[in-house]
Amino acid sequence: MKRNDCILAAAIFLFAGLLSVMFFLSGNEQGNYVTVTVDKKVYGTYPLDETQDIEILTEFGHNNLHVENGTVCMTEADCPDGYCKRQGEISTEKETIVCLPHKLVVEIQGAKPNGGRTEEQTDGQTGEDYDILVK
Amino acid sequence: MNRSDFLSKKISACGLLVALAMIFSYIETLIPINAGLPGMKLGIANLVVVAALYLFGPPEALLISLVRILLVGFLFGSGMSILYSLAGGLVSFLAMVLLKRTQKFSIVGASLFGGAMHNVGQLLVAAAVVENAKIFYYLPPLLCVGCVTGILVGLLALRILPTGQKIMRNAGTL
Repeated sequence: MKRNDCILAAAIFLFAGLLSVMFFLSGNEQGNYVTVTVDKKVYGTYPLDETQDIEILTEFGHNNLHVENGTVCMTEADCPDGYCKRQGEISTEKETIVCLPHKLVVEIQGAKPNGGRTEEQTDGQTGEDYDILVK
Repeated sequence: MNRSDFLSKKISACGLLVALAMIFSYIETLIPINAGLPGMKLGIANLVVVAALYLFGPPEALLISLVRILLVGFLFGSGMSILYSLAGGLVSFLAMVLLKRTQKFSIVGASLFGGAMHNVGQLLVAAAVVENAKIFYYLPPLLCVGCVTGILVGLLALRILPTGQKIMRNAGTL
Protein backbone atom coordinates (compact mmCIF):
# COMPACT_ATOMS: atom_id res chain seq x y z
CA MET A 1 0.00 0.00 0.00
CA LYS A 2 1.43 3.31 -1.05
CA ARG A 3 1.12 6.75 0.44
CA ASN A 4 -0.93 7.84 -2.58
CA ASP A 5 -3.54 5.20 -1.75
CA CYS A 6 -4.08 6.80 1.64
CA ILE A 7 -4.29 10.24 0.08
CA LEU A 8 -6.86 8.99 -2.42
CA ALA A 9 -8.94 7.35 0.32
CA ALA A 10 -8.74 10.50 2.44
CA ALA A 11 -9.75 12.61 -0.58
CA ILE A 12 -12.82 10.45 -1.24
CA PHE A 13 -13.87 10.59 2.42
CA LEU A 14 -13.29 14.34 2.50
CA PHE A 15 -15.35 14.80 -0.68
CA ALA A 16 -18.16 12.67 0.75
CA GLY A 17 -17.97 14.64 3.99
CA LEU A 18 -18.13 17.98 2.21
CA LEU A 19 -21.09 16.79 0.12
CA SER A 20 -22.92 15.68 3.27
CA VAL A 21 -22.29 19.04 4.93
CA MET A 22 -23.50 20.80 1.78
CA PHE A 23 -26.66 18.69 1.69
CA PHE A 24 -27.18 19.28 5.38
CA LEU A 25 -26.76 23.04 5.14
CA SER A 26 -29.08 23.29 2.14
CA GLY A 27 -32.02 23.05 4.52
CA ASN A 28 -33.88 20.44 6.47
CA GLU A 29 -37.45 21.60 6.15
CA GLN A 30 -40.14 19.28 7.33
CA GLY A 31 -42.54 18.59 4.48
CA ASN A 32 -46.31 18.57 4.43
CA TYR A 33 -47.00 16.18 1.60
CA VAL A 34 -45.62 12.89 0.38
CA THR A 35 -45.51 12.25 -3.35
CA VAL A 36 -45.24 8.78 -4.82
CA THR A 37 -43.81 8.54 -8.32
CA VAL A 38 -43.88 5.33 -10.32
CA ASP A 39 -41.99 5.11 -13.59
CA LYS A 40 -41.62 8.94 -13.77
CA LYS A 41 -45.38 9.49 -13.41
CA VAL A 42 -46.94 10.83 -10.21
CA TYR A 43 -48.93 8.04 -8.59
CA GLY A 44 -50.37 10.16 -5.84
CA THR A 45 -49.81 12.92 -3.30
CA TYR A 46 -50.89 12.46 0.29
CA PRO A 47 -50.88 14.78 3.33
CA LEU A 48 -48.33 13.94 6.00
CA ASP A 49 -50.45 14.98 8.97
CA GLU A 50 -52.87 12.10 8.61
CA THR A 51 -52.03 8.66 9.89
CA GLN A 52 -52.63 6.38 6.95
CA ASP A 53 -51.43 3.39 5.01
CA ILE A 54 -50.94 3.91 1.30
CA GLU A 55 -51.14 0.89 -0.90
CA ILE A 56 -49.32 1.17 -4.20
CA LEU A 57 -50.26 -1.42 -6.78
CA THR A 58 -48.59 -1.06 -10.15
CA GLU A 59 -47.51 -3.19 -13.06
CA PHE A 60 -44.13 -3.52 -11.34
CA GLY A 61 -45.45 -4.82 -8.04
CA HIS A 62 -46.88 -3.97 -4.69
CA ASN A 63 -45.64 -1.56 -2.02
CA ASN A 64 -47.17 -0.33 1.18
CA LEU A 65 -46.35 3.02 2.79
CA HIS A 66 -47.16 4.03 6.33
CA VAL A 67 -47.65 7.70 7.20
CA GLU A 68 -47.65 8.78 10.83
CA ASN A 69 -46.64 11.96 12.71
CA GLY A 70 -45.22 13.59 9.60
CA THR A 71 -42.94 10.67 8.75
CA VAL A 72 -43.22 8.07 6.02
CA CYS A 73 -41.79 4.59 5.88
CA MET A 74 -42.09 1.64 3.54
CA THR A 75 -43.71 -1.19 5.45
CA GLU A 76 -44.26 -3.73 2.72
CA ALA A 77 -42.82 -4.41 -0.69
CA ASP A 78 -42.64 -7.47 -2.90
CA CYS A 79 -39.53 -6.32 -4.76
CA PRO A 80 -36.71 -8.86 -4.96
CA ASP A 81 -34.12 -6.92 -2.96
CA GLY A 82 -36.31 -5.33 -0.28
CA TYR A 83 -33.91 -2.39 0.07
CA CYS A 84 -36.78 0.09 0.19
CA LYS A 85 -38.09 -1.40 3.43
CA ARG A 86 -34.72 -0.83 5.07
CA GLN A 87 -34.43 2.84 4.14
CA GLY A 88 -36.23 3.82 7.32
CA GLU A 89 -38.42 6.80 8.03
CA ILE A 90 -38.27 10.02 6.08
CA SER A 91 -39.71 13.40 7.00
CA THR A 92 -37.63 16.18 5.44
CA GLU A 93 -37.91 17.62 1.95
CA LYS A 94 -34.76 16.10 0.50
CA GLU A 95 -35.19 12.61 1.82
CA THR A 96 -36.47 9.88 -0.44
CA ILE A 97 -37.35 6.22 -0.31
CA VAL A 98 -36.42 4.50 -3.54
CA CYS A 99 -37.60 1.11 -4.70
CA LEU A 100 -35.57 0.62 -7.85
CA PRO A 101 -37.08 -2.67 -9.05
CA HIS A 102 -40.52 -1.03 -8.95
CA LYS A 103 -39.21 2.29 -10.37
CA LEU A 104 -40.81 3.91 -7.37
CA VAL A 105 -39.71 7.08 -5.61
CA VAL A 106 -41.29 8.42 -2.45
CA GLU A 107 -40.44 12.03 -1.75
CA ILE A 108 -41.51 14.67 0.72
CA GLN A 109 -42.75 18.01 -0.46
CA GLY A 110 -43.46 21.27 1.35
CA ALA A 111 -46.41 22.41 -0.69
CA LYS A 112 -48.89 20.35 -2.63
CA PRO A 113 -47.08 19.82 -5.93
CA ASN A 114 -50.07 20.06 -8.22
CA GLY A 115 -48.94 22.00 -11.29
CA GLY A 116 -52.37 22.60 -12.80
CA ARG A 117 -53.98 23.87 -9.65
CA THR A 118 -51.21 26.31 -8.76
CA GLU A 119 -51.36 27.76 -12.23
CA GLU A 120 -55.09 28.29 -11.93
CA GLN A 121 -54.61 29.99 -8.60
CA THR A 122 -52.02 32.40 -9.92
CA ASP A 123 -54.18 33.08 -12.95
CA GLY A 124 -57.05 33.90 -10.65
CA GLN A 125 -54.87 36.20 -8.62
CA THR A 126 -53.59 38.13 -11.60
CA GLY A 127 -57.16 38.40 -12.81
CA GLU A 128 -58.17 39.94 -9.52
CA ASP A 129 -55.26 42.32 -9.59
CA TYR A 130 -56.38 43.39 -13.01
CA ASP A 131 -59.91 44.00 -11.73
CA ILE A 132 -58.62 46.15 -8.95
CA LEU A 133 -56.50 48.11 -11.37
CA VAL A 134 -59.50 48.74 -13.61
CA LYS A 135 -61.54 49.93 -10.67
CA MET B 1 5.08 -23.59 -25.80
CA ASN B 2 3.37 -22.28 -28.91
CA ARG B 3 0.84 -19.51 -29.10
CA SER B 4 -2.31 -21.61 -29.36
CA ASP B 5 -1.22 -23.62 -26.32
CA PHE B 6 -0.70 -20.43 -24.39
CA LEU B 7 -4.06 -19.08 -25.51
CA SER B 8 -6.00 -22.16 -24.48
CA LYS B 9 -4.29 -22.13 -21.10
CA LYS B 10 -5.13 -18.48 -20.71
CA ILE B 11 -8.75 -19.11 -21.65
CA SER B 12 -9.11 -21.88 -19.11
CA ALA B 13 -7.48 -19.71 -16.45
CA CYS B 14 -9.97 -16.93 -17.22
CA GLY B 15 -12.80 -19.46 -17.07
CA LEU B 16 -11.65 -20.55 -13.62
CA LEU B 17 -11.52 -16.95 -12.46
CA VAL B 18 -15.03 -16.32 -13.82
CA ALA B 19 -16.25 -19.33 -11.85
CA LEU B 20 -14.53 -18.00 -8.73
CA ALA B 21 -16.05 -14.56 -9.22
CA MET B 22 -19.49 -16.15 -9.64
CA ILE B 23 -19.07 -18.04 -6.36
CA PHE B 24 -18.09 -14.78 -4.68
CA SER B 25 -21.18 -13.11 -6.13
CA TYR B 26 -23.30 -15.89 -4.71
CA ILE B 27 -21.63 -15.70 -1.28
CA GLU B 28 -22.26 -11.97 -1.36
CA THR B 29 -26.01 -12.50 -1.67
CA LEU B 30 -25.83 -14.56 1.54
CA ILE B 31 -24.26 -11.70 3.51
CA PRO B 32 -26.84 -8.95 3.89
CA ILE B 33 -24.72 -5.97 4.90
CA ASN B 34 -26.73 -3.27 3.20
CA ALA B 35 -28.61 -0.66 5.16
CA GLY B 36 -31.15 -0.17 2.43
CA LEU B 37 -28.94 1.83 0.15
CA PRO B 38 -29.21 0.70 -3.45
CA GLY B 39 -25.86 -0.53 -4.71
CA MET B 40 -24.35 -1.17 -1.32
CA LYS B 41 -22.51 -4.46 -1.12
CA LEU B 42 -19.22 -6.03 -0.15
CA GLY B 43 -17.89 -6.28 -3.69
CA ILE B 44 -15.85 -9.42 -3.05
CA ALA B 45 -16.45 -10.49 -6.65
CA ASN B 46 -14.36 -7.47 -7.53
CA LEU B 47 -11.43 -9.20 -5.83
CA VAL B 48 -11.17 -11.48 -8.86
CA VAL B 49 -11.38 -8.58 -11.31
CA VAL B 50 -8.76 -6.56 -9.44
CA ALA B 51 -6.47 -9.57 -9.21
CA ALA B 52 -6.94 -10.36 -12.91
CA LEU B 53 -6.17 -6.74 -13.79
CA TYR B 54 -2.81 -6.98 -12.03
CA LEU B 55 -2.11 -10.61 -13.04
CA PHE B 56 -2.95 -10.38 -16.72
CA GLY B 57 -4.09 -6.93 -17.78
CA PRO B 58 -7.14 -4.87 -18.72
CA PRO B 59 -8.56 -7.07 -21.54
CA GLU B 60 -8.68 -10.24 -19.44
CA ALA B 61 -10.02 -8.38 -16.41
CA LEU B 62 -12.74 -6.72 -18.50
CA LEU B 63 -13.71 -10.07 -20.04
CA ILE B 64 -13.93 -11.75 -16.63
CA SER B 65 -15.96 -8.87 -15.22
CA LEU B 66 -18.44 -8.79 -18.11
CA VAL B 67 -18.92 -12.56 -18.29
CA ARG B 68 -19.44 -12.73 -14.53
CA ILE B 69 -22.02 -9.91 -14.55
CA LEU B 70 -23.98 -11.44 -17.43
CA LEU B 71 -23.93 -14.98 -16.03
CA VAL B 72 -24.80 -13.94 -12.48
CA GLY B 73 -27.45 -11.58 -13.83
CA PHE B 74 -29.12 -14.29 -15.90
CA LEU B 75 -28.87 -16.83 -13.08
CA PHE B 76 -29.98 -14.83 -10.07
CA GLY B 77 -31.06 -11.40 -11.30
CA SER B 78 -33.34 -9.67 -13.72
CA GLY B 79 -32.86 -7.42 -16.72
CA MET B 80 -32.66 -4.31 -14.60
CA SER B 81 -30.20 -5.77 -12.11
CA ILE B 82 -27.88 -6.63 -15.02
CA LEU B 83 -28.06 -3.02 -16.15
CA TYR B 84 -27.08 -1.73 -12.70
CA SER B 85 -24.28 -4.25 -12.32
CA LEU B 86 -23.03 -3.48 -15.81
CA ALA B 87 -22.94 0.25 -15.12
CA GLY B 88 -21.20 -0.25 -11.80
CA GLY B 89 -18.82 -2.85 -13.21
CA LEU B 90 -17.79 -0.80 -16.24
CA VAL B 91 -17.32 2.47 -14.37
CA SER B 92 -15.32 0.74 -11.66
CA PHE B 93 -13.25 -1.13 -14.26
CA LEU B 94 -12.39 2.09 -16.11
CA ALA B 95 -11.51 3.79 -12.83
CA MET B 96 -9.17 0.96 -11.87
CA VAL B 97 -7.48 0.80 -15.28
CA LEU B 98 -6.89 4.57 -15.23
CA LEU B 99 -5.43 4.43 -11.75
CA LYS B 100 -3.21 1.48 -12.59
CA ARG B 101 -1.92 3.31 -15.66
CA THR B 102 -0.70 6.26 -13.61
CA GLN B 103 1.54 3.79 -11.71
CA LYS B 104 1.29 6.09 -8.71
CA PHE B 105 -1.06 3.84 -6.78
CA SER B 106 -0.92 0.27 -5.51
CA ILE B 107 -3.56 -2.39 -6.03
CA VAL B 108 -5.27 -1.12 -2.86
CA GLY B 109 -5.65 2.36 -4.33
CA ALA B 110 -7.07 0.94 -7.56
CA SER B 111 -9.50 -1.24 -5.64
CA LEU B 112 -10.77 1.50 -3.35
CA PHE B 113 -11.23 3.93 -6.24
CA GLY B 114 -13.00 1.18 -8.19
CA GLY B 115 -15.26 0.47 -5.23
CA ALA B 116 -16.26 4.11 -4.86
CA MET B 117 -16.79 4.54 -8.61
CA HIS B 118 -18.85 1.34 -8.79
CA ASN B 119 -21.42 3.01 -6.59
CA VAL B 120 -21.27 6.23 -8.59
CA GLY B 121 -22.04 4.25 -11.76
CA GLN B 122 -24.99 2.47 -10.17
CA LEU B 123 -26.35 5.70 -8.77
CA LEU B 124 -26.17 7.33 -12.22
CA VAL B 125 -28.23 4.52 -13.74
CA ALA B 126 -30.68 4.64 -10.86
CA ALA B 127 -31.09 8.41 -11.25
CA ALA B 128 -31.67 7.93 -15.00
CA VAL B 129 -34.23 5.16 -14.44
CA VAL B 130 -36.39 7.08 -11.98
CA GLU B 131 -35.43 10.51 -13.40
CA ASN B 132 -35.07 11.96 -9.96
CA ALA B 133 -31.97 13.89 -8.93
CA LYS B 134 -32.80 13.55 -5.24
CA ILE B 135 -31.27 10.11 -5.43
CA PHE B 136 -27.85 11.78 -5.33
CA TYR B 137 -28.35 12.44 -1.63
CA TYR B 138 -27.25 8.82 -1.32
CA LEU B 139 -23.89 9.67 -2.88
CA PRO B 140 -21.87 10.55 0.26
CA PRO B 141 -22.65 7.36 2.20
CA LEU B 142 -22.25 5.23 -0.93
CA LEU B 143 -18.85 6.78 -1.69
CA CYS B 144 -17.67 6.01 1.84
CA VAL B 145 -19.00 2.46 1.81
CA GLY B 146 -17.48 1.80 -1.62
CA CYS B 147 -14.17 3.16 -0.41
CA VAL B 148 -14.11 1.01 2.74
CA THR B 149 -15.11 -2.22 0.98
CA GLY B 150 -12.66 -1.33 -1.78
CA ILE B 151 -9.82 -1.05 0.74
CA LEU B 152 -10.72 -4.44 2.25
CA VAL B 153 -10.85 -6.06 -1.18
CA GLY B 154 -7.61 -4.31 -2.15
CA LEU B 155 -5.77 -5.55 0.95
CA LEU B 156 -6.97 -9.09 0.20
CA ALA B 157 -5.85 -8.73 -3.41
CA LEU B 158 -2.46 -7.50 -2.22
CA ARG B 159 -2.11 -10.66 -0.11
CA ILE B 160 -3.19 -13.14 -2.79
CA LEU B 161 -1.44 -11.53 -5.76
CA PRO B 162 2.00 -13.17 -5.18
CA THR B 163 0.36 -16.61 -4.79
CA GLY B 164 -1.76 -15.99 -7.86
CA GLN B 165 1.29 -15.03 -9.86
CA LYS B 166 3.07 -18.20 -8.74
CA ILE B 167 0.13 -20.41 -9.67
CA MET B 168 -0.37 -18.76 -13.04
CA ARG B 169 3.36 -18.95 -13.81
CA ASN B 170 3.44 -22.65 -12.94
CA ALA B 171 0.43 -23.22 -15.14
CA GLY B 172 2.16 -21.37 -17.96
CA THR B 173 -0.44 -18.65 -18.35
CA LEU B 174 1.75 -15.68 -17.51
